[in-house]
Amino acid sequence: MLEVTLIYGFVNSVILALVALGFSLTFGISGVSNFAYGAMYVLAGYVVWILMHKLAIPFFAAAALSVVLTAGLGAALYWFVLLRVRGMVLSEVIATFGVGLAILELFRYLGFTGFEYTLPSFTDGSIMIGSTYLDYQRVWIVGVGVFLAVGLYFFTHYTKLGLAFRGIAQEEKTALSLGINSDRVAGISVAFGSGLAAVAAILILPRGTISVNEGYDVLINAMAVCIIGGLGSTPGVIVASFIIGYAQMITDTFLGPHWKMIVSLVAILLILVIKPSGLFGKQKELEERM
Amino acid sequence: MVVKRKRKERIDRGIKARSDDIFALTSFREMLYVAVPPVLPVLLLLVLPLVLPLYWKKVLISAAVFALLAMSWDFIAAVGMVSLGQALFFGMGAYTTGVLDHYAGLPIWLSIPLATVIGGFLSAILLLPVIRLRGVYFSMVTLVLPLMIERIIEATALFGGTEGITGIQSFPNQWVEVYLVLVVLLLCLFGFRRLMTSDYGLVLKAVSDNDRAVMSAGINIYWSKAQALFIAGSVGSFCGAYLTHVYMFVGMPAFALDYSILPLASAVVGGMGTFAGSVMGAMILVPLSEALRGVGGLRTVIYAISLVVFIVALPEGIFHYIQRKYHQFERWVEVEG
Amino acid sequence: MVETSQTESPQPLLRVKELSKSFGGVRAVVAVSFDLYPGELLGVIGPNGSGKTTLVNLITGLVKPDAGLVEYQGRNITGWMPYRVARLGIARTFQMVRPFAALPAFKNLIIPLFSPRVRSLSGGKYGDRDSVAKDLLEEVGFERDSSVTYKPAGSLPHGYLKRLELAKCLALRPDLIILDELFSGLSIAELAGILPIIEKLLVGGTTIIMIEHRLRELFRIANRVVVLNYGRVIAQGKPADVMEQPDVKEAYLGTE
Repeated sequence: MLEVTLIYGFVNSVILALVALGFSLTFGISGVSNFAYGAMYVLAGYVVWILMHKLAIPFFAAAALSVVLTAGLGAALYWFVLLRVRGMVLSEVIATFGVGLAILELFRYLGFTGFEYTLPSFTDGSIMIGSTYLDYQRVWIVGVGVFLAVGLYFFTHYTKLGLAFRGIAQEEKTALSLGINSDRVAGISVAFGSGLAAVAAILILPRGTISVNEGYDVLINAMAVCIIGGLGSTPGVIVASFIIGYAQMITDTFLGPHWKMIVSLVAILLILVIKPSGLFGKQKELEERM
Repeated sequence: MVVKRKRKERIDRGIKARSDDIFALTSFREMLYVAVPPVLPVLLLLVLPLVLPLYWKKVLISAAVFALLAMSWDFIAAVGMVSLGQALFFGMGAYTTGVLDHYAGLPIWLSIPLATVIGGFLSAILLLPVIRLRGVYFSMVTLVLPLMIERIIEATALFGGTEGITGIQSFPNQWVEVYLVLVVLLLCLFGFRRLMTSDYGLVLKAVSDNDRAVMSAGINIYWSKAQALFIAGSVGSFCGAYLTHVYMFVGMPAFALDYSILPLASAVVGGMGTFAGSVMGAMILVPLSEALRGVGGLRTVIYAISLVVFIVALPEGIFHYIQRKYHQFERWVEVEG
Repeated sequence: MVETSQTESPQPLLRVKELSKSFGGVRAVVAVSFDLYPGELLGVIGPNGSGKTTLVNLITGLVKPDAGLVEYQGRNITGWMPYRVARLGIARTFQMVRPFAALPAFKNLIIPLFSPRVRSLSGGKYGDRDSVAKDLLEEVGFERDSSVTYKPAGSLPHGYLKRLELAKCLALRPDLIILDELFSGLSIAELAGILPIIEKLLVGGTTIIMIEHRLRELFRIANRVVVLNYGRVIAQGKPADVMEQPDVKEAYLGTE
């Protein structure tokens, strides 16, 4: 019992982290909160499905193509929509929310619901950890999740583009004067975040069917993790994911699956009362009241 | 060589300049110019129920409800809080009146006002922690809260769970039903417009403009924001309570995304910051969506797309556009450049 | 104005003790202490980035100090919210003037005039805020009945914006005013217009702290000066004496 909770809690936490990583990254770099994030996630799943079933493209090629397409859509979202309303929080929020809504509801309208909309696992079968079965897909999720977290750390600390990302995040004006094109970097960050959403979708979606509502759930979960961890903070995302991930798994085991959502809600309300800027909130202005 | 370019010039109409100060009205035409914009919609709204068939009367009711929700959105947006979850306010009012009616057996003329106040209070309390934060946090939390509450009601089977509460009393007759919401709509419209030009409204707007300066002027901006939330929450809760009695049912759909999106779209399409724009937006979008019943789910897609198009390309909204045409004329002039 | 510092009042109006704040790794203000007596004009000077504005933010509550004490009229106000500090009668200007751009100039004053402090000072009533606002603007040099009073604040020239900023302070009827680089960006002529206003405030018994880069003008009216460098107080005393100190010379001129 305890073993199952521990192992599946870990998997659950990694899933939450994967889902939140892209959202948090985009915000951390460019200050854009991409409310179309959940739509990007679901879109990536459907794109893979369409490529595989309508165009008969093999799974891994379809997956790669889908990540590229979703990232491209993120870039397009930035260039054609966000760039025009940059700096106006109200407009940014409404515009991204509207785009996400349009994508999700379009899929619903086109009838993309049902059991046939599933993605294949990477490899079938399962392994035993102690006395607990763990299927390979979940192993993949954990593996890729850890790889992405570590990879992102090295990317932002040791590559030119990554350093530019961090430069913009910390001091946009100074970065501008050093010859970093903040618009381009911000556009790339939205694309990057969307790409990460696609990666997460391709890893996580094989566990069940792809559904439009998943898009809203993903957005809610991503935001819950980011609010608790502190917007834009990668360590915050990871710590918050593990807190919520395990808390959800514990309530799931002892109270029933319905209560999982309450954990996130209570966690959000608690953190807002105790430390509004989140566990690792880097936002100086929030802590400093202004 | 001087390059000639064309530029659009906007000039106030003579009648606007003459009738700007109320004591300068000298002709019947000027009086009409001033009086028509506020009086015409009032008359229209009050006469419409008399002539509309029952079905379109229901559409008018739902348009009025969404107009109220849109105004409540517009009000807190003016204070710098961008809500993506008017459904929270709506649902709070709906469930409060449902509980008051079902469990306490209160009459309708008590349950609606009580639900309005209690719902507003609960909404404000729930959002209280977020008002300390700037920017996008408020939007996130308001988006997340109603969706989560929906799941929680489902999970805990609270207040009837997925079944909801049925058998809530209805209005005594359809005239009370229609005119109650229309009168509240007009009161809110003129009340809000008046409020925002008062000194109190000025302070509220200043909060979203430069909160540091307002704080340093000795004004507790958190208290101001909480008051604004209570007012907006009450308006939203009234909508919820009202529709609950119209449908004689309250359930999880009270927290549905529809109640967040359509008001937002109405305010943006109609024109933010004017309240009249919100009403105009709702009066256009809701009947339009009825006309588009055939396309079903595509309606939400249309709202979403119009939301994006307006916010990016036409952020002033329809109302400002009409207002400009009414007060000013435009002409192309050549300028040297 | 000199006699105020001689009438040694037993209790300082404002006492700042060992106030510290760091942002990330940067120590913006380090153990700053000074006392301020009623009726004084204290200048706070120092090179750019020496922590002057942070000091103001710490006193007025916009930033929470890591350590230290701020006492006003014997009351510990460390870490109070800005609006509570303002209600005690500490008003401040901002270095970056950011008016409520869409509002007419005089309507900008409605916001401070709406604060509970003003109401309680005028006996529970606000009175006619519009006319009070216009009077205040005249006090800081907006010509009476000229159109500038009614123009949107966003369209005012810099000199008027600075005056408006000062008027916003005065609207609170403060006992202590903190002016954060009020003189910056003003022409000599505009300065000549504002200086008398400040002198008049001093005569009226208001205590003032001035953060300033324009030392010549400051020294003409300041009783005492505190010099900050890298967040620390490196000198304190009469203007003329302070400038003689080698530390200060070094901080300003960068020479050994």
